[in-house]
Amino acid sequence: MADFETVKVETDVLIVGGGMSACGAAVEAAYWAKKNGLKVTMVDKAATDRSGAVAMGLSAINQYVDLKGGKNTVKDYVDYVRNDLMGITREDLVANIARHVDSTVHLFEKWGLPIWKDEEGNYVHEGRWQVMINGESYKVVIAEAAKNALGIDNLYERVFIVEPIVVDGRCVGAAGFSVRDQKFYVFHAKTVLVGMGGAVHVFKPRSTGEGLGRAWYPPWNTGSSLYFTLRAGAEQTCQEVRFIPVRFKDGYGPVGAWFLLFKSRATNAMGGEYMVERRDELENWAPYGKVKPIPANLRNWLGMLDIMEGKGPIFMRTEEAMAKIADAYKDDPKGYKKKRKELENEAWEDFLDMTISQALLWAATDVQPEERSSEIAAAEPYFIGSHSGASGAWVSGPEDIQSDDTKGEYFWGYTNMTTVPGLFAAGDASGASSHKFSSGSHAEGRIAGKAAVKYAVENHDAPPIPDHVIENLKATMLRPLEIYEQHVQETSDVEINPEYLRPKMFMFRLQKIMDEYAGGVSSQFTTNRAQLERALELLGYLKQDADKLAAGDLHELMRCWENIQRLWQAEAHVRTILFREETRWPGYYFRADTPTMDENNWLAFANTKWHADSGEWEMIKRPVKYIFKEA
Amino acid sequence: MPSYVILEKCDGCKALDKTACQYICPNDLMVLNKDTMKAYNREPELCWECYNCVKICPVDAIEVRGYADFVPMGATVSPMRGSDSIMWTVKFRNGNLKRFKFPIRTTEEGTAVPDGGYDEGEGDLNSPYLFTEPQSVEADFFKLNK
Ligand SMILES: Cc1cc2nc3c(=O)[nH]c(=O)nc-3n(C[C@H](O)[C@H](O)[C@H](O)COP(=O)(O)OP(=O)(O)OC[C@H]3O[C@@H](n4cnc5c(N)ncnc54)[C@H](O)[C@@H]3O)c2cc1C
Ligand code: SF4
Ligand code: SF4
Repeated sequence: MADFETVKVETDVLIVGGGMSACGAAVEAAYWAKKNGLKVTMVDKAATDRSGAVAMGLSAINQYVDLKGGKNTVKDYVDYVRNDLMGITREDLVANIARHVDSTVHLFEKWGLPIWKDEEGNYVHEGRWQVMINGESYKVVIAEAAKNALGIDNLYERVFIVEPIVVDGRCVGAAGFSVRDQKFYVFHAKTVLVGMGGAVHVFKPRSTGEGLGRAWYPPWNTGSSLYFTLRAGAEQTCQEVRFIPVRFKDGYGPVGAWFLLFKSRATNAMGGEYMVERRDELENWAPYGKVKPIPANLRNWLGMLDIMEGKGPIFMRTEEAMAKIADAYKDDPKGYKKKRKELENEAWEDFLDMTISQALLWAATDVQPEERSSEIAAAEPYFIGSHSGASGAWVSGPEDIQSDDTKGEYFWGYTNMTTVPGLFAAGDASGASSHKFSSGSHAEGRIAGKAAVKYAVENHDAPPIPDHVIENLKATMLRPLEIYEQHVQETSDVEINPEYLRPKMFMFRLQKIMDEYAGGVSSQFTTNRAQLERALELLGYLKQDADKLAAGDLHELMRCWENIQRLWQAEAHVRTILFREETRWPGYYFRADTPTMDENNWLAFANTKWHADSGEWEMIKRPVKYIFKEA
Repeated sequence: MPSYVILEKCDGCKALDKTACQYICPNDLMVLNKDTMKAYNREPELCWECYNCVKICPVDAIEVRGYADFVPMGATVSPMRGSDSIMWTVKFRNGNLKRFKFPIRTTEEGTAVPDGGYDEGEGDLNSPYLFTEPQSVEADFFKLNK
């Protein structure tokens, strides 16, 4: 690819990704870097104003601890997260985010994000930890502060990052390409911070026609964080902990406001309420099943049991919830009219701010929520360590929160640094610290951003990148273009050629393997050892065939690499489910050959590491140690 | 067909060096056909219906037709995004109309300053305080209640 220019960018702190965590990192790192005479650079595959999971907007900030209001403590938040993840959580990481998240939310408000207020001027809560926002421009506002902090010259948009660059065991850069011009990019830095989000379309989605793109998780986050950190040599954690949201069916509109704000029930075809009828099942998952709120995966599980018994569909009883509210106003018709208008606005804004497709689906099926219920369903599995999943890199916690018992295990010098020197991770990219959501991801980005600057100051001599490394990376990365050019003329159909594979078909093959063998929708999220081993065998063929991916243009070149990243995400997932010989999150996946929870052996982190020199995967069990939990 | 372009309205962003829809699409779907100077969605089945292209098009040339594999035909949802609020028009399959207006930001575009008006903070590179803390926490920062 002689006509591809190689562009080399020298910087001190490199941030890859431009979402919530990366924007937090940019704001924070820019401040500390300026004090220390360092340069910060950010690279995003898209336009930062509208990139990542918040591109469309959101209707709530899901993590606000409200230390100011005094009703909650950091410990309360840690208790909530530990229980929701069935005991598997890094308390040090969760606590660190929780103590900084309010600061981040207050900054959001100052930057211009409209947060709902009650008559006394307090934030309106959706639930204990969630505050309501007018969030159509959430990402625009957050990106603006980041860009103002960085300076526009230090932001590279539409550059797709593929590989980490590790020299002498230290991460000193990243390589990628522009999807706009024929340019291959090499960034050389003292330290690299990863915030490239989670992954979707690893599993087959429920809709496979035009609706393929309407997964709950946005189609543009493709496992880049996992791929990058894993290939740099970073240990990973909780790669088995996928997230399956239950949402309004097909459009995947949010249900939080209906459950929490409007107090709606969900019932099955027979009118039964699985959360009531199946309460006894929760005993099987004690102690976690017996705590309030009931963990997300167990709520899923009770609904899934109904579906498996043929009691679907499950309906969100919107009409009943609205009627109950109306009832409260039965002696005040004027007040009711006003309240009803208010509720209608809230219900529609909830969709229009973050899942416009759901509003379109309601309009297309003439749904009036006060007149009839709407179906809800479990989506397919996603990797989003910042939400109710937990997958991500194993990172160092802060020193001042550790106990004597945890310090040796969870702390190694720089907060949020992975096990690879110089490589930091935040948001979906860092694991075992779920429920950070948009605000906590931003706060964690700030934490990691500051620590990365400290690392750069204390480790200022980054080894140079040898020329042959750059040449090899370039050749490998651009190969799909060459393969296409070489063979496209040979057959009657550009799609069908014995010498190459197009990225879309590659993706479908991956999705079929994962769906059928690794507990996707069509296997009702159930798998076992033999199926997982078969999945690994088939993934192995796919990995070999990845060398035959072909791209007709830069856009397709990006699609090729996105799908290679998904493949690695898939393999990390399958290997970790296989390693953990129990079922701990039954509503996320069910291992039929080890159908119960095994607290004695598996109250532990299932970690994994890929060795670049041998190509081997190492599985590692690490202890769960609590700091806050009372004995 | 998720997002689609009304050919009559699209003016190719007047042949400026990058079109607005191509600039904004998070999934790199919108492209300009250089022969006709009209934009199109190159992979409708990978569209999230995020409406960012719809909101940004200066001549309202982009609309969304709900995913054909599960959305009955005939309804539309159309935004008009201003500098501080957004107006939505929802047209139902049965012809009913609903309109909604929501605020989108409380400050002027471009004015988000990183410190948000808080002090720069009491920390140094080794302390746990982030930029603007503890002031921006507005509460006792170290109270972890272990
Ligand atoms: C449907 C949905 C609803 C949600 N609702 C809420 C809610 O109501 N409240 C709430 O608080 N949180 C919510 N969340 C969670 C929140 O969106 C995430 O926690 C948060 O965005 C995670 O931040 P991040 O930085 O890790 O990833 P993201 O914000 O997704 O950012 C990822 C970034 O990486 C970039 N990128 C990806 N790959 C590459 C690459 N190869 N090269 C360069 N750049 C790349 C992307 O363009 C993007 O800029 C929701 C999430 C989803 C998906
Ligand atoms: S933004 Fe609108 S006018 Fe500009 S190219 Fe796209 S569709 Fe055409
Ligand atoms: S709706 Fe969103 S994903 Fe679809 S083309 Fe427009 S900007 Fe891209």
